[in-house]
Amino acid sequence: MELLCPAGALPALKAAIDNGADAVYIGLKDDTNARHFAGLNFSGPRLREAVDYAHRGGRKVHVAINTFAQADHAGRWGQAVDVAVEAGADALIVADLGVLADLHRRYPQQEVHLSVQASATNAAAIRFYHERFGIKRVVLPRVLALKQVAQLAQSSPVALEVFAFGSLCIMAEGRCYLSSYLTGESPNTVGACSPARFVDWREDGEVLESRLNGVVIDRFAKGESAGYPTLCKGRYRVDGQLFHTFEEPTSLNTIEVLPQLMAMGIVSVKIEGRQRSPAYVAAVTKVWRNAIDRCRRDSSSFAPLATESAALDHVAEGYQTTLGAYHRAWQ
Amino acid sequence: MQLTLGPVLYYWPRATAMAFYEAVASSAIDRVYLGETVCTKRRELTVQDYLRLADELQQAGKEVVLSTLALISDRAELDQLEPLLTSGVLIEANDLGVVQRCHELGRPFVAGPALNVYNIDTLQVLLESGMVRWVPPVELPRRQLALLLSQAEERGLRQRFEVELFGWGYLPLAYSARCFTARSENRPKDRCEKCCINYPQGRVVTAQDGTDLLRLNGIQTQSAKRANLLPELDSWRGAIDGVRLSLSEPDTTIIAAAAAQRQTPSAWPLTDDECNGYWLGEAGMQRLELA
Repeated sequence: MELLCPAGALPALKAAIDNGADAVYIGLKDDTNARHFAGLNFSGPRLREAVDYAHRGGRKVHVAINTFAQADHAGRWGQAVDVAVEAGADALIVADLGVLADLHRRYPQQEVHLSVQASATNAAAIRFYHERFGIKRVVLPRVLALKQVAQLAQSSPVALEVFAFGSLCIMAEGRCYLSSYLTGESPNTVGACSPARFVDWREDGEVLESRLNGVVIDRFAKGESAGYPTLCKGRYRVDGQLFHTFEEPTSLNTIEVLPQLMAMGIVSVKIEGRQRSPAYVAAVTKVWRNAIDRCRRDSSSFAPLATESAALDHVAEGYQTTLGAYHRAWQ
Repeated sequence: MQLTLGPVLYYWPRATAMAFYEAVASSAIDRVYLGETVCTKRRELTVQDYLRLADELQQAGKEVVLSTLALISDRAELDQLEPLLTSGVLIEANDLGVVQRCHELGRPFVAGPALNVYNIDTLQVLLESGMVRWVPPVELPRRQLALLLSQAEERGLRQRFEVELFGWGYLPLAYSARCFTARSENRPKDRCEKCCINYPQGRVVTAQDGTDLLRLNGIQTQSAKRANLLPELDSWRGAIDGVRLSLSEPDTTIIAAAAAQRQTPSAWPLTDDECNGYWLGEAGMQRLELA
């Protein structure tokens, strides 16, 4: 089982490699990837340096080109493919059918993984991508229960990768337009959800209010911890009742089901957080490296250590974690 | 331009749905999409009911398409679709798994609005898989649509598919493993008791400043506002082959109004609870003047 860690810049990539990541995934400095944030991502010499650093240690680099090519500048996705292939990426992570077709035509030998943004949640969908584009791996959306993952692991013609830890997308990835409904920009179209340039904080006496393009996402009393206004983590009213209508601010953590994931033959566990700091990447990578190694030695007695759980909770959104959709009761 | 009726996205009691489709049969609609696209637990109408309705509507002179689930999470859900896929009636695919099954069966399909199609190469992949009609994603602006259609023309592909626009109704915006209607009643999904039947137009989600924002419809999240592109209809004559109405009430009044608009275009100002932002390349929730 591969440990796949995120990097938004070179220091994070080094932190991942130095703490035991088997592979690192990164994006290019434009809207061709789903973490298109200011000051983040790789281009030119930095990209080359990143690949060299990983390869020197015998590790791999995956490049995410996983937004949907927009008709008025679709050429940019083809250029991103060229850049990533030339830089020596071990795998490209792609979602768009047009980009996949172009990539398969021009670089048939390049290893391709189907991005979570493609939202392939069943065996027939996986067959679709496998038959046409020869994908080697599918990153599963965070909407499946553990039993459903196990079922897919038996029927899928390609290897499966799952999200193990990090921010929790509660909608099927690549099939959520909530962000563009409020702001005009969505992960599909510009590679960002609830983009920072639409965020506005207002303080009114004792109340701190977060807004996204003018819409109130949440209000916090003094002393309450106020998270980034990702719109599906806000508090809204339904028939007068105020609550986290979609989800509380929380992170996904699957460490307790690691033995099951291993038994199913999941080839890779992915840590979310290309937008996070090198310190986050280092801390999470270290915990998961140890956990995977311990589980590999003896999966029957595996349980996360208290120190590991505490370390993960410490860097989690809202300082709490959940098994998410993997645990049926969450749904 | 064809007037079409999208699949009913809500969970209506059987008697309501049956009476509704009886009214639809004698309405001005040209094409009807039938079927459950949101949740497999909703069984007020069975597969047999849908196939019988398809037959009756065809006899009433309507073209019929069977719509399928947007989020297919396991083998059982995939298997449940087989009787529809092999019925001989045209299928609307909202998941690439259904596209694949249609391709394997050698059947044509309509690419539904839940498929991510933003560029001409993607359209070409779907055409090669058997697509005969395309319903663009609801967030696609008219500028991008016009560009895509001209690119299709250049590649000599435009004659191979029809285009149908989601023109009126609450916008489907997201799908999740979690049932938000059940959550809003504090129930887990496995013990939902199909409570969505109590919300025939979904449940409105209101921001803390009083803005109506979204609409909970089981595992689907919709816009609180209704998209309305019908005032624009006339300027797209020739470029678009059909316009879809997605009804939230079992009332066919809007069908007659849309038919009148098709016949004699007239000014149709949007109301406060309507939006057209996506179409104009802005935030979907916005209501803008048409230029």
